[in-house]
Amino acid sequence: MNINATILGQVISFSIFVWFCMKFVWPALIGAMEERKKTIADGLEAADRAVRDLELAQNKAVDQLKEAKQEAASIIDDAKKRASTIIDESKDKAREEGDRLIVSAQAEIEQESNKAREELRSQVAVLAIAGAEKILERSISEEDNRDIVDGLAAQL
Amino acid sequence: MSSETITSREYITHHLTNLTYGQHADGTWGLARSGEEATQMGFWALNVDTFGFSLALGMIFMFVFHRVAKRVTTGVPGGMQNFVEMIVDFVDDNVKGMFHHQSKVIAPMALTIFVWVLMMNFMDLVPIDFLPRLGEVFGLHFLKVVPSTDVNITMGLALSVFAVVIFFSIKQKGLGGFAAELAFHPFGKFGLPINLFLEIVNLLAKPISLGLRLFGNLYAGEMIFILIALLPFWIQWALSVPWAIFHILIIVLQAFIFMVLTIVYMAMAFDDH
Repeated sequence: MNINATILGQVISFSIFVWFCMKFVWPALIGAMEERKKTIADGLEAADRAVRDLELAQNKAVDQLKEAKQEAASIIDDAKKRASTIIDESKDKAREEGDRLIVSAQAEIEQESNKAREELRSQVAVLAIAGAEKILERSISEEDNRDIVDGLAAQL
Repeated sequence: MSSETITSREYITHHLTNLTYGQHADGTWGLARSGEEATQMGFWALNVDTFGFSLALGMIFMFVFHRVAKRVTTGVPGGMQNFVEMIVDFVDDNVKGMFHHQSKVIAPMALTIFVWVLMMNFMDLVPIDFLPRLGEVFGLHFLKVVPSTDVNITMGLALSVFAVVIFFSIKQKGLGGFAAELAFHPFGKFGLPINLFLEIVNLLAKPISLGLRLFGNLYAGEMIFILIALLPFWIQWALSVPWAIFHILIIVLQAFIFMVLTIVYMAMAFDDH
């Protein structure tokens, strides 16, 4: 229980240990710990950001899906409308074509019948004259009575 | 355990005597062979046992922590690094909680104090006769194993802390500021002599209480272990085991208190009143 030079020895060794600790131990350890703390904080923040990004992306995807559906619906509508107009148009065209065909057929029929009538008429004139010739037995000249025969033929 | 030839008194005295190296009365240098001889050696003697253990423990502490610090990784820490970081974090938390100034000294000093004092205290849990007996084999008459039961060791620490505190007080406040703090507190400038007396007592009480608190606690703990060792060997465990378990608490607590008071004194040195 004597106070002696041990106290000085202890003071000196304490000073050396504190100096050593200050120089070589504390900064390295605390630096590493701070750095790790920062890394962890950054990681957590990044994770938070990723969650937010994911949410945003999901919202965006939902929006885009909705938009695409609407577009598809409108395209289908358009297509239906277009199809019905095409059908209507072709119906009209077909009707017109039919009408035209009918008209031209009628015209042809008329023409044919006229032609046949003309032919018949000329044939009738000849036949009438031949009949009259037979009846009159040469007594009547063909030239004198032609206007009468023509008049008859025209009445047919 | 005491053998038949030595009495309890001799056993206790033997355990409380340091292995002291110094100058004998006849002028030669050597180890003291008794407590009286150690006292006669005066101031210029060294308690080889406590100082040696304290130095060895400090070196182990520095070696381990430096090794960890050199290989420190910012990734996942291994077992030893984890352990060291736990202690460093604990000390850092305490420093940050009590000391709100910028200082490069205080945190390493607090770490050194905490770990070193803790290790010195832990020597108390080594079975009381183990190392002294081992010492006797090597021809050492006395061996006090626990450095913090030597008042030189604890006062050495306390005075070092005190010196640092005074240094920073003067550095922060200037010599005048430091003197004013002693002179004009608590009664203003008209109570100057009383102020001076009170403040100086207050100032000197800091290192003395700091050193003697640690010394007293550990000395008392050691004393009880010695007394328990005087009992018959078959009953010793009934007292030494509970006391050792309780003593673990004291060991950590005293190291913690020493560190906390150091931080508090440093904070006071930096704070302006």
